[in-house]
Amino acid sequence: MDWNALIPLLVTLITIAVILGGVLGGVAYLTLLERKVSAWVQDRYGPNRVGFDFGQSWLWFLRKAWGLGQPLADGVKFLLKEDVIPGHVDKVFYLLAPMIAMGTALFAMGVVSIGDTPAPPALVMSKPIAGQEKSGINVLTFPTSIEDVKRLERSGELKGYVDQNEAYQKRWKFSINPGADIGFLFIFAVGSLAVYGIVLGGWSSNNKYSLLGSLRSSAQMISYEIPMGLSIVGVLILVGSLNLERIVDWQARNGWLAFYQPTALLLFLTAIFAECNRLPFDLPECEQELVGGYHTEYSAMKFAMFFLGEYTHMITTSFLTVALFLGGWHLPGLEAFLGADSYIALAAKLGLFMAKVGGVVMLFMMIRWTILRFKFNQLMNLAWKGMMPLGVLSLLGSMVVGQFGLSPWLLLPWSLAILLLVTGLGAFLPAEDTKVHFKVTRGRAPSASGVVVRRPAGAEAV
Amino acid sequence: MSQAKPQKVKWVKPPKLGLLEQMYFPTVISGMATTLKHMVGTLTGTGDKNIQVQSYPEERPTLPPHYRGVHRLNRDPEGRAKCVACYMCSTACPAHCIDIVAAPSPWPDREKYPETFVIDELRCIYCGMCEQACPVDAIELTTIFDLTGMSREEMMFDKEKLLSVFDKTVAAGTDPVRTQPGRLGVASLPAGAGLTGSSSAQS
Repeated sequence: MDWNALIPLLVTLITIAVILGGVLGGVAYLTLLERKVSAWVQDRYGPNRVGFDFGQSWLWFLRKAWGLGQPLADGVKFLLKEDVIPGHVDKVFYLLAPMIAMGTALFAMGVVSIGDTPAPPALVMSKPIAGQEKSGINVLTFPTSIEDVKRLERSGELKGYVDQNEAYQKRWKFSINPGADIGFLFIFAVGSLAVYGIVLGGWSSNNKYSLLGSLRSSAQMISYEIPMGLSIVGVLILVGSLNLERIVDWQARNGWLAFYQPTALLLFLTAIFAECNRLPFDLPECEQELVGGYHTEYSAMKFAMFFLGEYTHMITTSFLTVALFLGGWHLPGLEAFLGADSYIALAAKLGLFMAKVGGVVMLFMMIRWTILRFKFNQLMNLAWKGMMPLGVLSLLGSMVVGQFGLSPWLLLPWSLAILLLVTGLGAFLPAEDTKVHFKVTRGRAPSASGVVVRRPAGAEAV
Repeated sequence: MSQAKPQKVKWVKPPKLGLLEQMYFPTVISGMATTLKHMVGTLTGTGDKNIQVQSYPEERPTLPPHYRGVHRLNRDPEGRAKCVACYMCSTACPAHCIDIVAAPSPWPDREKYPETFVIDELRCIYCGMCEQACPVDAIELTTIFDLTGMSREEMMFDKEKLLSVFDKTVAAGTDPVRTQPGRLGVASLPAGAGLTGSSSAQS
């Protein structure tokens, strides 16, 4: 048996273990960070009691430790709590839902790179490929077998691919599945499955609040897939690949896409907020209206799995934001300073990637305490009337630039102009019914039931 | 929901949005600035004056003196329990948590004294009715609020423990305010005085 063939498998398994372990550990500490950030924003200290002393006096130096032991305590609590399955639920789907919620979130990490991952070499032919003589396309994009590649190399049509490929294979890759050409499609496909976890959870719970939460969630997630897709297609047109490593590589050579398409970045950020069910889009689980939304009937570890899935989703989408718009591991001058392939450079790139992801996660958390939750009609208005047209206009710009080979810098003024246009247009649209006023009773506004009451004809407004 | 009377309803116009507010994003950014300001303030300590949190075991709250916490059994100037075992408190107690066994008093200034006086602190609802019922101001509720124990037996406070609470609160200077209006009963007077002026001392 050829033991050497097992080495890539082993490497992949180790990478999976490291990345999944890292993500789950990160998720655990995100819950702590979330509580800390919310405390800081609200002028509190946040959890700062649980350390790693486990009640042992000789571990006094690990007491408190800024509350870093909190996730451990939470985890132990989740594992040891009684796991209740209510009698009125549909057991199969009830058990399946948390698995889907967490599994789909973790799947997406499969193609996301977490540090420096070189772009796989392209199959560049010496002359245009058959059937494309007119357009001059000379890059083989369809899957090609190794035998074909070797034959083409021998015939001289394909130059240097084998050498490049060998060099590529030898480099370090910080990804579970490096060089996946369907990268983005995979993330999209798997990410859309996440809605099943929520819908099944809400439906199988056999509880009206859970059902309402999951219905809202399905409408929300499906609506926000569209602007998200539109914002990304613009990127894909510019780069010409779905491969995440190629996208990062393009940005390393041509500049970050956030500078070319700030509007697309804004759209993408808004859409992933909705995808992750984070405030201001947390209608599926709003505590004030729906108890807990789709996870009301869940307890102990099953609830924790929903929770972990949500935070994993947050990490995954943050990685995507960085890879798509913020240049991945790239920082101008980094490679010139540290070299492309030294261990220091690899570590620096890994750290840089993580720092950027951390920044996006912090943005997630700051937004949570800044913007109020939308009403459902506002949510739908924003997606269909605001973000859809913006996404289409943004895509239009990318298409023009991509088709005519213009400088991508032209996209920056276009991007800002359409943002101003679409947001500013709102000011000139007819306002909503101005005769509707909030009812103030004993100094409280609006009325406790949240109902907006129409002002009677005789009453005077102040 | 009860409907407010029409004349009490005040109609308020929502403020008119300007162009920047209509564009939404500028207001989001200004909101982010506020959020960030508070966060940076808390992190760097410049916003410490905003923090309303007490780090409990290290910083202890100063509770108002009429707070109803753990009971204490007051001592008279001679150091004996003031209690005259009249059963007023255990009769008044809605939770039936006070258990008294009376015995003939060894002192000449009162007829009875409590041989045992046990309060089940787990059963108590801290309503303060014992304090109001007591004719001699012998039982009082203190500002001690963080009562913990490892067993149920530990939470049955007997006479010695209740008297020790008195010593503790007197030493700490956290005497509760008197809730009993008017004059106290005979037995609360200094030794000897109660025997001579027993009829006039009743209010």
